Amino acid sequence: MGTGTGLGRVRGLGSAKKGAHHWWMQRLTATGNLLLVSWFIISLIRLPNLSHAIVTDWLSSPLVAVAAIVLVANVFWHLRLGLQVVLEDYVHNEASKLGLIVLLNFYAIGAAAVAIFSIAKIAFGSAA
Amino acid sequence: MSRNHSRPLSPHLSHWKWGANMLVSILHRMAGVGLATVGGLVLAGWFFAAASGEETYACFIGLLTVESGAINIVGAVLGIGLTWAFFTHLFNGLRHFVMDAGAGYELQTNRRSAIAVVAGGIVVTLVLWGWLLWPVITGLVGGEG
Repeated sequence: MGTGTGLGRVRGLGSAKKGAHHWWMQRLTATGNLLLVSWFIISLIRLPNLSHAIVTDWLSSPLVAVAAIVLVANVFWHLRLGLQVVLEDYVHNEASKLGLIVLLNFYAIGAAAVAIFSIAKIAFGSAA
Repeated sequence: MSRNHSRPLSPHLSHWKWGANMLVSILHRMAGVGLATVGGLVLAGWFFAAASGEETYACFIGLLTVESGAINIVGAVLGIGLTWAFFTHLFNGLRHFVMDAGAGYELQTNRRSAIAVVAGGIVVTLVLWGWLLWPVITGLVGGEG
């Protein structure tokens, strides 16, 4: 391993085969969001109202609960990738960038976990 | 990566003549950041409130509605703002899928698709909320007449 330029150190090693992964996951989750969020908006509009009884009854159906869980996972995965690019583009201080990306991951995974657990609690709790 | 401060940066926004494609690129990011932060918190908060029982759910809905159950100003700003952000981001996302395939880069086509994205986001938001708030709108007009 030479001690020359960055290019000199990696030349000849070949691709890490990971270059397009972020881009691909962003497109994949974008397609998922297109279907899942559209389904979610149409479903909410079609409910008679958004009272607690109506909403929990709707979410306790297995198909709806599974779709809602996949929706949450997909939405938070997509926003984690998107906000990461925004931070990388606009935060130029390395320490701030690292700190903010850590916070972003805590937010995305934490909020998604809360939402998924909530859906599961509603779905399992109201087996009448 | 550290940058060489003696080298110039790409010009800032104030140096470019604004075009539709530039506007839509910035709106896409702004809408995305809004959906990711405000939208994400509202979505997770709504599921959490629903799972926490009737009282917590009533508190959550109470932040967005008046006593009669009609939407309040916070609910309207959040609802209309997130709807606009979602459809603008979605339409520009579709535009990006076309550009990912290598199409739509001709100057005229690119400009037209950018204008269509901005217009589409506004039109769908107006139609959807006009329909949702139709009783309120007609009620206001009726009340004045």
